Amino acid sequence: MGNLSVIFKRELASYFATPLAYIFIVIFLITNGIFTFELGGFFLRGQADLLPFFSFHPWLYLFMVPAIAMTLWADERKTGTIELLLTLPVRLRDAVLGKFLAAWALMGIALALTFPIWITVNYLGDPDNGVIFAAYLGSWFMAGGFLAIGSCMSAATKNSVIAFILTVSLCFIFVIMGSPILLEAFPAWMPQVVVDAFASMGFLTHYESIAKGVLDIRDLLFFAAFIGAWLFASAIVIEIKKAN
Amino acid sequence: MIEITHLSKQFEQFTAIDDLSFTVSEGEVLGFLGPNGAGKSTTMKIITGFLAPTSGSVTVDGHNIATDALAAKALMGYLPEGAPSYGDMTTLDFLRFVGEIRGYRGAELVQRVGRVLAEVELGAVALQKIETLSKGFKRRVGLAQAIMHDPKVLILDEPTDGLDPNQKQHVRELIKNLARDKIVIISTHILEEVSAVCTRAVIIANGRLVADGTPAELEASSKYHQAVNVRLTQLVELGGHLESLADVAGIEVDAEDKLSLRILAQAGKSIYSQVAKIAQEQNWPIAEMTVARGQLEDVFKQVTAGGARRG
Repeated sequence: MGNLSVIFKRELASYFATPLAYIFIVIFLITNGIFTFELGGFFLRGQADLLPFFSFHPWLYLFMVPAIAMTLWADERKTGTIELLLTLPVRLRDAVLGKFLAAWALMGIALALTFPIWITVNYLGDPDNGVIFAAYLGSWFMAGGFLAIGSCMSAATKNSVIAFILTVSLCFIFVIMGSPILLEAFPAWMPQVVVDAFASMGFLTHYESIAKGVLDIRDLLFFAAFIGAWLFASAIVIEIKKAN
Repeated sequence: MIEITHLSKQFEQFTAIDDLSFTVSEGEVLGFLGPNGAGKSTTMKIITGFLAPTSGSVTVDGHNIATDALAAKALMGYLPEGAPSYGDMTTLDFLRFVGEIRGYRGAELVQRVGRVLAEVELGAVALQKIETLSKGFKRRVGLAQAIMHDPKVLILDEPTDGLDPNQKQHVRELIKNLARDKIVIISTHILEEVSAVCTRAVIIANGRLVADGTPAELEASSKYHQAVNVRLTQLVELGGHLESLADVAGIEVDAEDKLSLRILAQAGKSIYSQVAKIAQEQNWPIAEMTVARGQLEDVFKQVTAGGARRG
């Protein structure tokens, strides 16, 4: 546990040691505002909820999260610090988890800083704050899912731009996996189980109900398992690729 | 003690290390030599647990690096090639980070970091970001993180590469001071460094061990060891007299300066006085006559001939 928190602290501090964290947070907040008010019609709907705010998050994360995730391991490999880090008495597990949690915490901070919109909706109406809290939690877990994919892609290459593109592409596939357009593309002979399994991997499938405030523990478990699986894959990829 | 037993490392179609075995004991400063691509860095990466060997094993004080990695890593300090560090951190923050990973907290952490900052003279740049530092300082930051926990085993991959002569001197003195009761392994291709700091030198080529001994022993194995260098003022015929000496192995004439020649001794023999006697008897027109010590360079060339491969 000790080294995990040491790595977590260093990583989180390093986001704030450069303008990266600040730029990320500012852009995140501005884009969120544009999506919510311009595209989502927050005021026009005349409803005291944050549905227009939350429903754009998958698309926002699609580009914002890979931007954070892309450097996680690619930079370590490029600068050679991975050799330093992994020859210190550190478990690979702690390194992978510490780095992930630091990036996830940054996402959490950015998400928490959207609180004015929560104040606004409480000022204008009488929303169900339990629903809003659940949606925030679900959104953060989904961001973690994106981030875990990014961690693995970043481990696979020394080039962070390639990591970014790979992550965006993969995340996009996972976002639309459950959507009807993709499911209709399956040939008819495909067993229903396979189609269902495929659909259940889609982020939107799990997130849509969360955004509406229905926090099913199974949806959170999905994201938790998803994160775990991709972090495990990250560790394996690091083991294989670190020598190159 | 570090024991390296039948170590091999295969990268796809390329054998980086080929059945390498040696042991290093306390108090030894081992110079690890070889041409570029001989497998020096790869061996160090395996010893420090960064890479896994294809076969063979490494134990550090009885801790196998493959099965007991954390204990082995805790005993070692490692300066990887190029001295990588986190550029966006200050020197102080970086050393504190490494110290915390090494398990120091509170007052002990402060004391360890303070001591190592003084030891490698980094105090002046403690609050600067590492990416803004000069190469020499960056190298010292790397050295500082490696020695901070006073490790029993210190592994330095080209610690003086790219430094200016003063900095090289400084780093060498630092290593000498550290070395007393430790195991130090230094990879380098600067041979003067080996004579300057090492108590033992190992030369590898193509992943195999080709020479192992003290620097003096290796020098003695040079074919130029105990050779007599003679410079004449004018050309004379002198072959016949020398060849009658049993201890003379041969004569080499300098290709450019025909007046300079080298009289080689048989291994383990000293021929200076015999050559001097002949020179006197024959009245050679001598400008200069000296005994050569073997040069590590020559030994290095002799044992690594056969071509280097990729790094």
